[in-house]
Amino acid sequence: MSDFEPNIVAFLCNWCAYAGADLAGTSRLIYPANVKPIRVMCSGRVDPVFVLEALKKGADGVLIAGCHPGDCHYQSGNYKANRRVILLKELLQQLNINPRRVRFEYVSASEGQKFANVVKEFVEEIKEIGPNPLRGEQ
Amino acid sequence: MDRIGVFVCHCGVNIAATVDVDEVVDFAGKLDGVVVSKSYKYMCSDNGANLIKESIKKFKLDGVVVASCSPQMHEHTFRRVVEEAGLNPFVLEIANIREQCSWVHPDRKEATEKAKLLVKGAVAKVRLLEPLVREKVKVTPKALVVGGGIAGIQASLDLSEKGFHVYLVEKEPSIGGRMAQLDKTFPTLDCASCILTPKMMDVKNHPNIELFAYSEVVSVDGSIGNYRVKVVRKPRYVDFDKCTGCGDCVNVCRMKGKVPDEFNMNLGKRGAVYIPFPQAIPLKATIDPEQCLFLRYGKCGRSPACQDVCEAEAIDFTQREELVEFEVGVIVVATGYDLLDPSALYEYGYSRYKDVITTLELERLISSSGPTGGEIVCPSDQRKPGSVTFVLCVGSRDETVCTWCCRVGCMTALKQAYLLREHLGDDVEINICYTDIRSFGKRYEEFYRRIRGVKTNFFRGRPSEVKEKKDGLTIDVFDTMTNKLFEIKTDLVVLVPAVVPRNDSSDLGKILHVSRGADGFFLEAHPKLKPMDTFTDGIFIAGCCQGPKDIQDSVAQASGAASRAANILSKEELEAEPLIAFVDEDFCSGCATCVSVCSFNAIELMKKEDNKYVARVVEALCKGCGSCVAACPSGAMQQKGFKDDQILAVVDVLGGEA
Ligand code: FES
Repeated sequence: MSDFEPNIVAFLCNWCAYAGADLAGTSRLIYPANVKPIRVMCSGRVDPVFVLEALKKGADGVLIAGCHPGDCHYQSGNYKANRRVILLKELLQQLNINPRRVRFEYVSASEGQKFANVVKEFVEEIKEIGPNPLRGEQ
Repeated sequence: MDRIGVFVCHCGVNIAATVDVDEVVDFAGKLDGVVVSKSYKYMCSDNGANLIKESIKKFKLDGVVVASCSPQMHEHTFRRVVEEAGLNPFVLEIANIREQCSWVHPDRKEATEKAKLLVKGAVAKVRLLEPLVREKVKVTPKALVVGGGIAGIQASLDLSEKGFHVYLVEKEPSIGGRMAQLDKTFPTLDCASCILTPKMMDVKNHPNIELFAYSEVVSVDGSIGNYRVKVVRKPRYVDFDKCTGCGDCVNVCRMKGKVPDEFNMNLGKRGAVYIPFPQAIPLKATIDPEQCLFLRYGKCGRSPACQDVCEAEAIDFTQREELVEFEVGVIVVATGYDLLDPSALYEYGYSRYKDVITTLELERLISSSGPTGGEIVCPSDQRKPGSVTFVLCVGSRDETVCTWCCRVGCMTALKQAYLLREHLGDDVEINICYTDIRSFGKRYEEFYRRIRGVKTNFFRGRPSEVKEKKDGLTIDVFDTMTNKLFEIKTDLVVLVPAVVPRNDSSDLGKILHVSRGADGFFLEAHPKLKPMDTFTDGIFIAGCCQGPKDIQDSVAQASGAASRAANILSKEELEAEPLIAFVDEDFCSGCATCVSVCSFNAIELMKKEDNKYVARVVEALCKGCGSCVAACPSGAMQQKGFKDDQILAVVDVLGGEA
């Protein structure tokens, strides 16, 4: 399994997490290329269907990152996203998909280092879990 | 869209060094819907822009992907380029292959593969994008300035001079901020109040400035051009219009001399009714409800002395908090800083030893309007100090407290050293324990040399401890210049504490939706190019709320922020971002899930002719977060530029590619 390189889709909110990821770039913090970012205005925009679709397509992990509690540019999108992820994880369990494949994180615009760390950790975690069984089924 | 052009930027070597640009260009050229794929050294340059424009015309493009730096940098630029070539600016998508690719993935193969994928995702999205129209919104030509220190004062004056109405909100009973507490300013040794007071008077007299002192902003909503602001005016228990500021009440208050005076850093005492300092603007008395006998116990002697003495009959114990609402087009935040409470560093003895004070306390002791009338004395026994020792970088540049430099500490200590010499004469011994002397500003280095030349002892090192011995205080410091350990006997220790964000900056950040950095200061939109902008359009920052700085930099930034704000106010109309929600009524079942999800009351239920309900988005209120879209069970609610199918197209590309 050592050559397994997970594919991770990351939904990043424009105001915090995406800006944090940009800061990781400006600060030249190296992290694994496994993560593929998708910019949304707010983590609250992330429809659980997007996450399921990513997993269905074979993504090994899905990261959703938004602003810290109280910092959401739209007041409470991050709380909504967090709650949806919690429910979604229950659903995944029933579908026999490891809920750890989906992860919610708070990353602020100034947390480039945190973004890089989250990606590193998540990639390691997914490596441990192994490839998405739905991979290549399309 | 099926005539898409892909434009890949080298960004000099920033992208090209790790991403094989040619490979990306070739790859993109073969994607469905792409008719042209090109690269250029700097796509954001004039030549790059022309390349895009010419290609749009030559190949009759209907969609554009630019693979370059972050959309936060140049999305605006490229939207304009696309628009200038006659396309709708919203048929554009940026693939961020710099910040989130070439700069973070040094492996050329990995970075190139990821760049290809990001471009492919962007193309997939552009295929489904639709032209969008920017609605026009009227601008309210008024400004809110939060904070009445020197930065807020300067911003208010500049904006009002430009002809805009300014609401200036200050939390304390008077404007003036920290600068009003200072005696002299470095490096010119100008008397702080002599240069500040005229500006404060200008604020008071300017017909365009409406001052809300002793007031706080409690809520802000709306967006650039039209913010609705709620301000709470705290009760002074003194009729604002009747009070003449004569101070008679202050003199007779039964609590006089019993309440720690915050303006004097608690070194002096005031009464329950007080005027913070003689030059206060507005010059009105304020009753401190936590100290006033009458307000606390319902009884003050036979009758409240202030009431008895006030000829203007201004004392009014029935006053209540008052909520004021108004609209503005822009907001300038200038809420200043706090000094770190040095008790956090136990070893320096602050708050344990009376004769360990901070620079701001010394400033009040030096000031002729201070608690001692300008007599510099040791707080423990009121005797003149024979030796004063400064400790710089207290909590600053320290991994365990504040990592940053306070930027004013060195110069403050040098200035105070000069003033001590002036006040106490040649006999006083002055010691300065420093880490590095940072005298970076204009004429600062010259000032430093002037002090270094006159009988001042410099120790390069951070003291390990301040101890109290029988005959006074001692400081242990290891001087790294001479490699010797010194034990300094001294009478008065002056700590130079770190500059930290105000303790309420987190609350205010939430009210304004302005982000803060890891250090807690408000975050600028770009550290170099947008130092006064925030990520929230129409909200600007100035002064120390953005990070430590001296007076001259605060003033410069405040004028800058005012000018940035005036750019907006001088327009009658703005174009609103069209990336908001909309409803496909045919799919809407009127379940109202979206209504409950929306934080901005931007969705209404409407009754149709057939008595069925559908949701409707109030466009002026929608901020475009997309929460309602994610919550809609039937897919009737969508977000322009972020429709379900548009995002799913990207998910399919990025998720599917292992
Ligand atoms: S804007 Fe970042 S989570 Fe809402």
